[in-house]
Amino acid sequence: MLREDKLALADDILLKIEKPERYIGHEVNSVVKDKEQVSVRFCMCFPDVYEIGMSHLGIQILYAMFNSWEDVWCERVYSPWLDLDKMMREQNIPLFALESQEPIKDFDFLGITIQYEMCYTNILQILDLSGIPLTAAERGEDCPIVIGGGPCTYNPEPLADFFDLFYIGEGETQYRHLLDVYKECREAGQSREEFLLRAAKIPGMYVPRFYETAYNDDGTIKSFHPTREGVPARVTKEIQMDVTDTYYPMKPIVPFIKITQDRVVLEIQRGCIRGCRFCQAGQLYRPVRERDVETLKQWALEMLKNTGQEEITLSSLSSSDYSRLPELIDFLLEECGRRHINISLPSLRIDAFSLDVMQKVQDVRKSSLTFAPEAGSQRLRNVINKGLTEEAILHGAALAFEGGWTRVKLYFMLGLPTETEDDIRGIAELSNKIAAVFFDTVPKEKRTNGRVQIVTSTSFFVPKPFTPFQWAGQCTKDEFIEKAYQTRKAISEQLNQKSIKYNWHEADASVLEGVLARGDRRLCGVIRRVYEKGSIYDAWGECYHHERWLDAIEECGLSVDFYTHRERSLDEILPWDFIDCGVTKEFLKREWEKARREETSANCRQQCQGCGAAKFGGGVCTEKRRQVLVTGGC
Amino acid sequence: MKVRVKFRKYGPVRFIGHLDVMRYFQKAIRRADLDIAYTGGYSPHQIMTFAAPLGVGLESNGEYMDIELHSLQSCRDVRDRLNAVGVYGMEIVSVRVLPDNAGNAMASVAAASYTVRFREGRVPETDIAGVLPQFLARKTIPYTKETKKGSRELDLKTGIYEISWDGRAFSMLLDASSAGNIKPGQVIEALLDQAGEKLQENALLITREDLYTSIEAAGEGAAVDGNVSQASLIKQKSTGSRSGFVSLGEIGSMGIGGTGMENMEIEDMEIRSMEMTV
Repeated sequence: MLREDKLALADDILLKIEKPERYIGHEVNSVVKDKEQVSVRFCMCFPDVYEIGMSHLGIQILYAMFNSWEDVWCERVYSPWLDLDKMMREQNIPLFALESQEPIKDFDFLGITIQYEMCYTNILQILDLSGIPLTAAERGEDCPIVIGGGPCTYNPEPLADFFDLFYIGEGETQYRHLLDVYKECREAGQSREEFLLRAAKIPGMYVPRFYETAYNDDGTIKSFHPTREGVPARVTKEIQMDVTDTYYPMKPIVPFIKITQDRVVLEIQRGCIRGCRFCQAGQLYRPVRERDVETLKQWALEMLKNTGQEEITLSSLSSSDYSRLPELIDFLLEECGRRHINISLPSLRIDAFSLDVMQKVQDVRKSSLTFAPEAGSQRLRNVINKGLTEEAILHGAALAFEGGWTRVKLYFMLGLPTETEDDIRGIAELSNKIAAVFFDTVPKEKRTNGRVQIVTSTSFFVPKPFTPFQWAGQCTKDEFIEKAYQTRKAISEQLNQKSIKYNWHEADASVLEGVLARGDRRLCGVIRRVYEKGSIYDAWGECYHHERWLDAIEECGLSVDFYTHRERSLDEILPWDFIDCGVTKEFLKREWEKARREETSANCRQQCQGCGAAKFGGGVCTEKRRQVLVTGGC
Repeated sequence: MKVRVKFRKYGPVRFIGHLDVMRYFQKAIRRADLDIAYTGGYSPHQIMTFAAPLGVGLESNGEYMDIELHSLQSCRDVRDRLNAVGVYGMEIVSVRVLPDNAGNAMASVAAASYTVRFREGRVPETDIAGVLPQFLARKTIPYTKETKKGSRELDLKTGIYEISWDGRAFSMLLDASSAGNIKPGQVIEALLDQAGEKLQENALLITREDLYTSIEAAGEGAAVDGNVSQASLIKQKSTGSRSGFVSLGEIGSMGIGGTGMENMEIEDMEIRSMEMTV
């Protein structure tokens, strides 16, 4: 019997901690293999609490892929919550994988997905609790190979010391190759170092120990180059071009507890055609690749059957751009209606089609509509290339109010490049205009809830690598706070201010996110110090200690402003320049210049901007050529 | 029709809380593709009632869930399908079709039986066999229950229907009705307190063996149901003597679909005999 009663944690602990179900494994569709029958044990980690980590699609895809291979057993681990973290340290309990309940230290690989900067201290928590030395240099032959993946690895430098290897790009393509090399090395009795040297030559792999950085007197990078022969100077991201004939979890794990994304997730496409200049994902995952709609229909039914989930959602960066969306949604509406399954809609562009669908799948009275204009004025929306006009927003709002919605959420960013007080006032004015549309559209006797409720939220803009704004200066904390204050004041001056509620994010964490997002290798020491001062779960407001970070940055002789506030010159060597994500630096420069000229760029389907992603030879880049052939001359 | 599902809960899943057990079964029922009935309204949900929440960490050999099905092939088929899509430790023991007028599982619970052992290293010094007769002879057994709002005085005496100690484990039958529910831990705390000993933290390993309804309530339901098998009636008589209670699992019929019914009876008996020898 493979299913055992074995639990890594004693009853005494499980009965004392919050949600013991986070740590017992045994979920429906979790995979248990006989460890004697596999040759590679891989533990996949999301360094945050179970409910967040289990909601991540990427791990489910890779988990299904690894476990489809007979010689590999892939398990999972998430960050123990604060209560268990404390007990594990007090009682010296090693961190364990959920399926086997066995220590991570005994695995061949520990793969950590790095989705946001504020989880960096949690990575150290995972390593520390596992009994794995924090830095790759300290690790012996008995330690698992620690691999990083996910969006933050497009600037892996602030984490370089902690990882043996980074896998840059989509996991479907090179893992088999990597594991085969690992097995060969092990059979040949080769060392960890020898394996890593071979791994460094596999496409998409970055082994930080084989690269060296030199700095100029002003702190900028003087040079970055490999130190071993045969190790490539540039690492090109891996990409799964055929997103239909590939791995996808037909039997996703069904957690016992309610998790953040507690539903079947159907990923309809990868990438985005839009090219918003602040958005990192929009550049990293180019080109757009759509999944075959018939395959998606089949997958949806199979996943629902295998999980028993009562809800399904579509996943992509911009679902409205999926060419077969109406057909897919019609299919789901029919099949799900029959089975009492809810459809949870992703963010869609507000138009007649999407409103019609929304009315079919949700209780209009209870739900709110979300618009993300991101900037308050047309001028600034042009700067960020957010192709959403005020006219479109107001028209969408009018349609929505006619349809019975009375709650609207608006998302904006503060601190975007070139932002002025007028742009900030624009946030208040746009919120006000939307409220006015309600009063113009809905006659008094039809106002069911009496009034309209506009919730305007702002976050602070953090420039990210591989975006046209990667050179931009980020606001200081005081500037951020001043901008939030201006926004609040401007809203309070609006005619319909009673209908508008304003929320803003904390500025501290945004500053730090900026440091880590565009940081270099010297930040490894900072992260380690902050961890040693006791920080984990920085992404959780109540756990975040800004002072510790400021102290550590100072102790390491570094400065916040160097990483955030300074505008970088176009010829500066950026820490992530050695990574090739398809989009070229020339394209990003062009976009940065266009942004400053307040010029917009067309999306991939309208007109190719020559970003560079066409070199992957597929997706929207080749689809368009087809269209041109058919509709040429129109 | 209303169907009563009896299940066991053991192993790692004993740490799954009551609400999550409900969510687990909602999904399991969909995976098993049972023809379950849904409520009306904007957000329909499966018609499902649980007899009595089981505390986190406790194992059980007798948990009950009533569900409303439009159709079924056989009781055994329902059981097998649920077990085929289930996880280790959530084991469906039997399925019965309830008579139309059977009370709902939650409201009809009157008593629960438990087996209670001490964890290794946490066995009390008190001579339990020695103090138990005196404990049972008491007219009242006052107990102060600490709640979030403060403390409340209970008398455990009226809620203890049966209790015995075989030198290794307690076997007890306690009031589990909504009005007078008492817990095995409270009883053992009071027992040790009588001998001047304090129950250690997390010292008990508790298995809920079964849930019972009063014999009157059960008789009412069973009498109208033409499908009640002879065997079931006999068992009601033989086990009903246990302080006037009938197991929730004895109500209703397994007759629908017929096949495999005999097997299920035997399995039911086996579990019962396990309970008895504990």
